[in-house]
Amino acid sequence: MTPPAPSAGARALALEAHASPVRREWLAFLRRLARRRTALFGLCVVAVVFVLAVGAPWVTAWDPTEQDIGSRLRAPGAADEAGRVHLLGTDHLGRDLLARIIFGARPALMVGFAAVAISGLLGLVLGLVSGYFGGRVDDVFMRLADIQLAFPFILLAIAVIGVLGPSLPVIIVVIGVSSWVVYARVVRSEVLSIREREFVQAAHALGLRDGRILVRHVLPNTLTPWLVVATLDMARVIVIESALSFLGLGVQPPTPTWGGMLADGRVYISTAWWLATFPGLAILVTVLGINLFGDGLRDTLDPRLKV
Amino acid sequence: MSAYLLRRLAQSLLVLLGVSFVVFFILHLTGDPALVLLSPDATAQDIQEFRETMGFNDPFLVQYGRFLGGALRGDFGRSVRHDEPAFALVAERLPATLELAGAALLIALALAIPAGIVSAVRRNSAVDYVSTVLALLGQSMPTFWLGIMLILVFSVWLHLLPSSGRGTLEHLILPAVTLGLFTTARITRLTRSGMLEVLNQDYIRTARAKGVAGPPVVWKHALKNAAIPIVTIVGIELGTLLGGSVITETIFAWPGVGRLSVQAIYNRDYPVVQAAVFLLSTTFVLVNLVVDMLYTYLDPRIRFR
Repeated sequence: MTPPAPSAGARALALEAHASPVRREWLAFLRRLARRRTALFGLCVVAVVFVLAVGAPWVTAWDPTEQDIGSRLRAPGAADEAGRVHLLGTDHLGRDLLARIIFGARPALMVGFAAVAISGLLGLVLGLVSGYFGGRVDDVFMRLADIQLAFPFILLAIAVIGVLGPSLPVIIVVIGVSSWVVYARVVRSEVLSIREREFVQAAHALGLRDGRILVRHVLPNTLTPWLVVATLDMARVIVIESALSFLGLGVQPPTPTWGGMLADGRVYISTAWWLATFPGLAILVTVLGINLFGDGLRDTLDPRLKV
Repeated sequence: MSAYLLRRLAQSLLVLLGVSFVVFFILHLTGDPALVLLSPDATAQDIQEFRETMGFNDPFLVQYGRFLGGALRGDFGRSVRHDEPAFALVAERLPATLELAGAALLIALALAIPAGIVSAVRRNSAVDYVSTVLALLGQSMPTFWLGIMLILVFSVWLHLLPSSGRGTLEHLILPAVTLGLFTTARITRLTRSGMLEVLNQDYIRTARAKGVAGPPVVWKHALKNAAIPIVTIVGIELGTLLGGSVITETIFAWPGVGRLSVQAIYNRDYPVVQAAVFLLSTTFVLVNLVVDMLYTYLDPRIRFR
């Protein structure tokens, strides 16, 4: 007779025991984060915006691109013939403002995540290499960073997008490629201190190759500050995305964007105040949520970090 | 002049060289600058001739060398739209932009430094909470929205201030507040955290123990040390302000470099775009050089590095 196989419960228990130091650390971190009420509030705001963006077609009964010239520039709370209410009113083409704001979260978040992924990865790699190897490589990358910082960024972005033509990929790549500096600097300064620590020296003494030391021993220790920078950078990217759409250089109509709606609303500022007011509030609330969360994350993970 | 400043000067020149390369490269992004500069209905022969006269058939580095030579003499070619030298067109608008950015910076410093100091000195007081919340809001608010809301309240509803144009002090108020808000928020938070850090240092405790009390400790001992990160950020914020002028000037129809470059992009007037990006970047680099010189005064340790 074969011995009975360990039950699923026992296996899970064993796994848990194995993973517990790491998990306990994470739990402690989450508990500390949860104690910061503002950070938690920020996270909730971001989560709500995210859920609304993903579930946009199910959240609102209105089609954000459906025009109805008969009911243009209706004030907030106005109802159409069928009795359906435009909670935030309609725009100059009779489109429901609330639906457009909800759908407008999509390009904002999409550009935010994608651009942060690009610049974050780029900055991480350059910062690791720069800090670990130092010398000539470091000089070149840091001078490159100075040059990058010497540019009025938004001007460069509109120039490049103006030449290439505005489209989602162009916007993402332009913002992504030009935002790596903060990541690289933070990661680099972290690496500078990590590479002098005993465990890295021990790895050297054991004959490990540089690439392996970087990936296995240095990289994991830089992820905390990296995450803080990425969170706060996301807020900046969303503002830039809406600024570009405000200038007509973002995702093109008929896709609703917060910046584009603001630009439309600006024309009707003296007759329909709600057109420019609500999309701006949407940007403000989203960015504020991310900033609150980012600040809390920074204070919880690494209070000394100045970003 | 110390070795540090010499090195810093060389570095600035290097940065400007990089700037010039990127500005030059903008036109070559699509692969063919002739197609970017000419109207879409140009014939194949037009394009060929244009390439020849502009020297677009030369090797890349030769073209860059020519561009750099021109840029050093302030020659970026002629504006396609206005038929004037592009650089003159941009230089003409620079004072307006500097006026706006300068006013915004003044507002920011005048509000942020006292707010930051009071917040730090009276930590966790009502003043501290209000200023912290306002700073956080200011940092999260898109400038273009603030600009539109200010127009809505002060121009459309209250009829107090003009919503566009340049001329009197009244014209300057709304754009300068709009442009300065983000910087105000940033500097407030930085001043607060910088002061908090310094106020906990041993030398402040020593000063207090020796009987120096109240305001002199804050002003003479703490602020000079807390000023170092503030001065750095002022240099960087000026870049933000110069870049931000693009949007603020567009909203308020302020006749500066920012608005000109947005219009130039809409009109595909690239010599003007190149001249504008180059001029604003150069301004920024020079300001940061000055900031670094100030730095050596505030923090003598740097001179010996």
